[in-house]
Amino acid sequence: MATIIYVDHEGTERPIEATNGESVMEAAIKNSIPGIDADCGGACACATCHVYVDEAFMEKVGAPEDMEQSMLDFAENVQGNSRLSCQISVSDDLDGLKVTTPESQH
Amino acid sequence: MDLSGAKKVVIIGGGQAAAQACASLRLFGFEGAITLIGEEPALPYQRPPLSKAYMKGELAEERLYFKPAAWYEDQNIDTVLSVRATKIDRSAQTVELEHGGAVPYDALIIATGSRPRELPVDGADLDGVFDLRDLADVERIRPRMISGHKMVIVGAGYIGLEAAAVARQMGLEVTVLEMEERVLARVTSPIMSQFFTDEHTRQGADIRTGARLASLKGSDGKVTQAVLADGTELEADIVLVGIGILPNVELAEDAGIACSNGILTDKDARTNDPRVFAAGDCAARPLVHYGRKGRLESVHNAIEQGKLSAAAIMGKPRPTEDCPWFWSDQYDLKLQIAGLSTGYDETVVRGDPEARKFAVFYLQNGKLIAVDAVNSPPEFLASKKMIITGARLAPETLRDTSKSMKEIAATTA
Repeated sequence: MATIIYVDHEGTERPIEATNGESVMEAAIKNSIPGIDADCGGACACATCHVYVDEAFMEKVGAPEDMEQSMLDFAENVQGNSRLSCQISVSDDLDGLKVTTPESQH
Repeated sequence: MDLSGAKKVVIIGGGQAAAQACASLRLFGFEGAITLIGEEPALPYQRPPLSKAYMKGELAEERLYFKPAAWYEDQNIDTVLSVRATKIDRSAQTVELEHGGAVPYDALIIATGSRPRELPVDGADLDGVFDLRDLADVERIRPRMISGHKMVIVGAGYIGLEAAAVARQMGLEVTVLEMEERVLARVTSPIMSQFFTDEHTRQGADIRTGARLASLKGSDGKVTQAVLADGTELEADIVLVGIGILPNVELAEDAGIACSNGILTDKDARTNDPRVFAAGDCAARPLVHYGRKGRLESVHNAIEQGKLSAAAIMGKPRPTEDCPWFWSDQYDLKLQIAGLSTGYDETVVRGDPEARKFAVFYLQNGKLIAVDAVNSPPEFLASKKMIITGARLAPETLRDTSKSMKEIAATTA
């Protein structure tokens, strides 16, 4: 279990208890977090679950793989800490992780 | 028609379009009653993994569901499952249910989806012959996915080929029968068909095109053999049928709602009855980037029309229509498709099929109308945007891999 904190573009925080093994996207969808659509259901096919990862967690979350990176290259408003939340797997290590949803996904 | 006073929305169907309509209605601020009537026992779930990761056993069932049961309770959405709607009474504004009773509506969304086309041969009802559409189908198929067993797949569309990839990876001996002269004939170009034929062949599947199934034979009620029109007999422990789907339009048709290969809708997903909408596989909608109407069998379409109908009911501005998109996973290949290639007059290959990383662009009078991108997200994503803007591209520009897709897209902006 880990608490993931979803922050929308206006700064509103929504903490969610996520289960190990599910993705940060799945936990968001189950809890209807605005700004994460995840149209493809986590197949890394649509880039509608783009989030900014809190700098403090960058190392624990790790770097995107090639496929994800090339999807990100075409997402709106990409930053150095951009990730697709469907590719981040929840674990105890990520307890307290803050991810922010880009304004363009709202 | 202004439906802003609507208090009761009924959704017939329990698939992705239905789930999206529920979520969007609440997101857009609808506070009235929502009733979802689904034939299947399950809450809305993702279908794409059924012929991919879920079939292979790599994805827990729990992860297929869009929302947990608690969400529907929290959102005060009444889910009526394992129940078939039998009639839409438009004058009474009710949906009648099979075991009696009728649910009243102020606005109705028909999201009845589609059903597999039935195999028109003797023996289609033998044990061991399966469609692949529902969760329940996969539950029946999976125990038969035994390494070393012989699987015959009828139809080399996406479902058939995805299932073939899963079956090969699980150690089954796989033969794919396709009536047309090439695989994926209905949806892609000869270049892509050849690529996928080569891949499946290399992976050990026996791809037979121009092969017409004549009958299935069995013993003790269980399938044992597939017989082709040319007399060829193939042993079969399991037969999977993937020969296309038919839209479930009967409820709408019987209610006098206009249909033509799908329930006809306008840009708002509204039918010719202003209180009635249609979303997903069952709907024939304006394809705004192509200037025609058509039916799309895809996740993109289910989501978009779910949103469109909810927005129209709530009097919200119409969400922007996206370029149609699709994907297919086979072995380690991710095929991403943007646009509709029907009517193309030129193809351009970018990259090298041998390297398993390439794209085929489809042009019509110099305008980009679609792309099939294999392990090539930039080609897919850049094309999605360029198709919407109606970009005109020279074949040599698209072919030039010294320029990134970002650079190419920038020249058309």
